Amino acid sequence: MSVVEHSRRGEVTVRDLSKSFALNGQRLDVLRDLQLEVRGGEALAIVGPSGCGKTTLLRVLAGLEQPDRGEILIDGHPVQGVGTERAIIFQEPRLLPWLTVLGNVAFGLTVRGLPADRAEARARHYIRLVGLAAFEKAYPRQLSGGMAQRVGIARALTVQPGILLLDEPLGALDAMTKLTMQEELARIWREEKVTMILVTHDLEEAIFLADRVLMLPNERGSQPRLIDIRLPRPRDRSEPDFVAMRRRLMAEFGLH
Amino acid sequence: MTYQGLDSSVPVPVNVAPGAAILRRGAVRAGAALRRYGLLAGFLAAWQIGATGGWINPTVFPPLDAILAALLQGLSGGALIDDIAISLQRSGLAFAAAVAIGIPLGLFMGQIRAVEQALDPILQFFRQTSALALYPVFILLLGLGEASKVFVIFWATLFPILLATIGGVKEVDRKLIEMAATFGAGRATIFRRVVLPASVPSIFVGLRLSATTALLLLIAAEMIGANKGLGFQVMNAQYNFQIPQMFAAILLLALLGLTANAALVALQRRLCRWAELSSR
Repeated sequence: MSVVEHSRRGEVTVRDLSKSFALNGQRLDVLRDLQLEVRGGEALAIVGPSGCGKTTLLRVLAGLEQPDRGEILIDGHPVQGVGTERAIIFQEPRLLPWLTVLGNVAFGLTVRGLPADRAEARARHYIRLVGLAAFEKAYPRQLSGGMAQRVGIARALTVQPGILLLDEPLGALDAMTKLTMQEELARIWREEKVTMILVTHDLEEAIFLADRVLMLPNERGSQPRLIDIRLPRPRDRSEPDFVAMRRRLMAEFGLH
Repeated sequence: MTYQGLDSSVPVPVNVAPGAAILRRGAVRAGAALRRYGLLAGFLAAWQIGATGGWINPTVFPPLDAILAALLQGLSGGALIDDIAISLQRSGLAFAAAVAIGIPLGLFMGQIRAVEQALDPILQFFRQTSALALYPVFILLLGLGEASKVFVIFWATLFPILLATIGGVKEVDRKLIEMAATFGAGRATIFRRVVLPASVPSIFVGLRLSATTALLLLIAAEMIGANKGLGFQVMNAQYNFQIPQMFAAILLLALLGLTANAALVALQRRLCRWAELSSR
């Protein structure tokens, strides 16, 4: 089985990115001249109040939306639209109900024309990685929310992207499942050595997973801020430094 | 208190002889059958008793045994076999043509918005025009032979299939299409891997509706200017006051409808196994 990673760096550069929407005939600037450098293999969390454009930024990075101005470079090359070096995990698992877990995880590869047996061999590896080996033949309707989301994660990993884009991937899960899945994500990120860009509204999740946190402001005037999370891994939510970091981030949002 | 009793859906084996277990399972099944078919059996029994006891007019509602006798006689004599064959041929041809045209056209129309928008008003207009009202027009165009009969059934069966297919394609979850696109799927791949399988349940709704319509129109078409077929037999037996024969033909039509529906349901179960599974 070839699961050996090819040379991938997964560096993302965002240059002068602007994006606006027309809302009731008014122009609404969601992103304005955004600059961002994401190192290869880094975990970056994007946080901010709702409407700050964090999901828009992720969708532009994914190639699902076109920016008004500016460009995205991956490993130094400008990109347009979707690409094989990026994979997206959505808030909803978005599984195809007529395919089994195996079929869903292999979907990304079979779509690209890989023969089914090879695609399934690689899919099995990632199904094991997310701990669903016993559910290979199950259909999405038979899975719980957390299990379905794991399938979505395995499907994204199976195409072996250099960059994993996550749009509030744990936002719809219950609190208990969420904690387990955060640890799963931390482990997967460590093992797969991918660049991870994660949109979340959960500050604790951002601190738990990310090397840096990008805070997008609500008011259009203020600037986005980048905050380093220099905490040892694996991280412990009850550690004083962790708690202090959470307090600091909450203060940034004026929550304390 | 123990926690072992939590899973109460699994019967706990408590020293029951295997024979008793089989008996009990048989009783459960009999109970289920009674709940499902009890009313039908009661209706048939009331008919039989009412007709033989003289409470209902046996010349209009002959007893069931007379109807069954007429049915067996017609089948063994071969007279009804010809009628069944010609009726199946008419409705089968029309239904097959409606499927062959309706599903591909519906898939195409559902995909391309401009085509759907341009064709929708005329489709709605045709759909609301009763096929039976158009039957004289088809007879004028195609003559009183097989062509006009098959065509009127085809016409009536086409619309449920076409509209259900268009609806199915239009209602495919955009999020699934977007998901496929992020993996680099092109238009054709998205159609084959996402849109088509997602539309199958909706297409089957149309197919089952169409199968019912096909039989309905078959009878109507055979009652006008036919000299063979089950619909013709119903009318003919009534003209000649052979009431058991009339009911025998009606019974056959009902069985034909049930069979067609059961076949489609079985096919749907096979193709849409994923939709049947309960979430557990």
